[in-house]
Amino acid sequence: MSSDVMNKTKTQDYFINMGPQHPSTHGVLRLVLSLDGEVIKSVEPHLGYIHRSIEKMCEKDTYKMIVHLTDRMDYLSCHMNNEAVCLTVEKALELEVSDRVKVIRTLFSELNRLSSHQLWWGVMGMDLGAITSFLYGFRDREMITDIFEETCGARLTMNYNVPGGVMFDIHPNFQKRVKEFIIYFKKKLPEYDDLLSNNVIFKARTEGVGILSKEDAISYGVTGPSGRASGFSCDIRKQHPYSAYDRVDFKEILYSEGDCFARYKARIDEMWESMFIIEQLIDNIPEGSARETTRAVIKLPKGEFYQKVETARGEFGVYIISDGKKSPYRLKFRSPGFSTLNALNTMAKGSKIADLVAIMSTIDLVIPDIDR
Amino acid sequence: MDSQELKTKIESFGIEITFLEEETQFLTLTVNPSKLHELAKQLKEDSDTSFDYMFCQTGIDWLEYLEVVYHLKSTTHNHCIVLRTQISSRENPKVDSVYDIWKTADFHEREIFDLFGIKFNNHPDLRRIFLDDDWEGYPLRKDYVDEINIVEL
Repeated sequence: MSSDVMNKTKTQDYFINMGPQHPSTHGVLRLVLSLDGEVIKSVEPHLGYIHRSIEKMCEKDTYKMIVHLTDRMDYLSCHMNNEAVCLTVEKALELEVSDRVKVIRTLFSELNRLSSHQLWWGVMGMDLGAITSFLYGFRDREMITDIFEETCGARLTMNYNVPGGVMFDIHPNFQKRVKEFIIYFKKKLPEYDDLLSNNVIFKARTEGVGILSKEDAISYGVTGPSGRASGFSCDIRKQHPYSAYDRVDFKEILYSEGDCFARYKARIDEMWESMFIIEQLIDNIPEGSARETTRAVIKLPKGEFYQKVETARGEFGVYIISDGKKSPYRLKFRSPGFSTLNALNTMAKGSKIADLVAIMSTIDLVIPDIDR
Repeated sequence: MDSQELKTKIESFGIEITFLEEETQFLTLTVNPSKLHELAKQLKEDSDTSFDYMFCQTGIDWLEYLEVVYHLKSTTHNHCIVLRTQISSRENPKVDSVYDIWKTADFHEREIFDLFGIKFNNHPDLRRIFLDDDWEGYPLRKDYVDEINIVEL
């Protein structure tokens, strides 16, 4: 073709939709990709497919009812979400829960984090074409959901926290089963490394892909393992310890690469740390009441209360503005996924479509958490 | 820096601000919407404050006025403040976008626009984020009438 013809040929960007029904968006998320051949020029997320306006619902609900809505957001971190609301209400009421409750909550949070990361690991492998990891991840997660089921009767949306404590005391088998699980999973976690972490194909698809700089991570508010993989020290458990995190020893996992592999490694390392925290606490659950009595309908004093917790996906904030009535005047949930998704365009620009799947996997999105 | 030092430092910027008298979790200050962007820029760029991380941004409808609340944190100094700005107009509420200072404002401001109808000047892409483009009204405003009444009990 002569250069004259080339100059006259017009080109335009090619747009495709990824989602809202797509296996690797992990929910109803629609991404509009602007492409140059196979290279991504920009990614534009379209949200709202499962927006339920939980914040509006909260303005009509009592504080005890609000707890039940929060595990419908990030259902994989349901315990931590419940805990965030309970901690905010307890802070406002100046209600001190017993040490037993603090330790039980921490144990459940870490088990919840483990189960969330196990599911993420399984799905991550599957996104990149390794079906075995999916089965491994779900097999091991099953043990944790069984432990949850035994104590609180539910496997996914547990609603175990209530303002003032936990709904019931732990099941007599709880400690024994958790210890069995830790012994079991300590043998299984190295298998995860054998299967994916040291796999040449997996490494080729994740190393150097979807880089997010530390400055961008802070500016976009990318928290949790995704932020820490970029070197952003943002572990709420370390910075603003709540429940029993001030009495356990653990490391904040930090990587500086900011690529998919660093985000992957950060979560794998976090699983080891979670097990380490559980080991420190499981034999030291203090005696005490599992629940302080609160009024049937809680009224918070006038004022504003902010509490953040570290969920499996990052910093989850609850901001309650109370006018002294039984429901909040305004309630805002700062969800980690919402801010993380904001940075997707920065991470994915210039990579191939197939890499976008790897990036989406490593930022570990849960769509109801974003849409709320 | 503790609250008192922060207070003195922020006062030295020479921008008209009012501090909340009551004892609150974070140091809280209110600024006029016209001065918001200037103050926010200084808060981030001054090396003593360096608020580089906005962990929450939200709107509140107080009926007499609308308010935008910014929760800021410095990752170097580990201190937090709350910045508030009150907008009196309900018909055409406007405030400058802080997207050029904290990129997370992109989605957060779109959410506030979607649910409160507050417009952000100089926002790169101000559209509704959750609701349909033809949705009428702003659901989180207190005078919003929900005809389907899905949240009434």
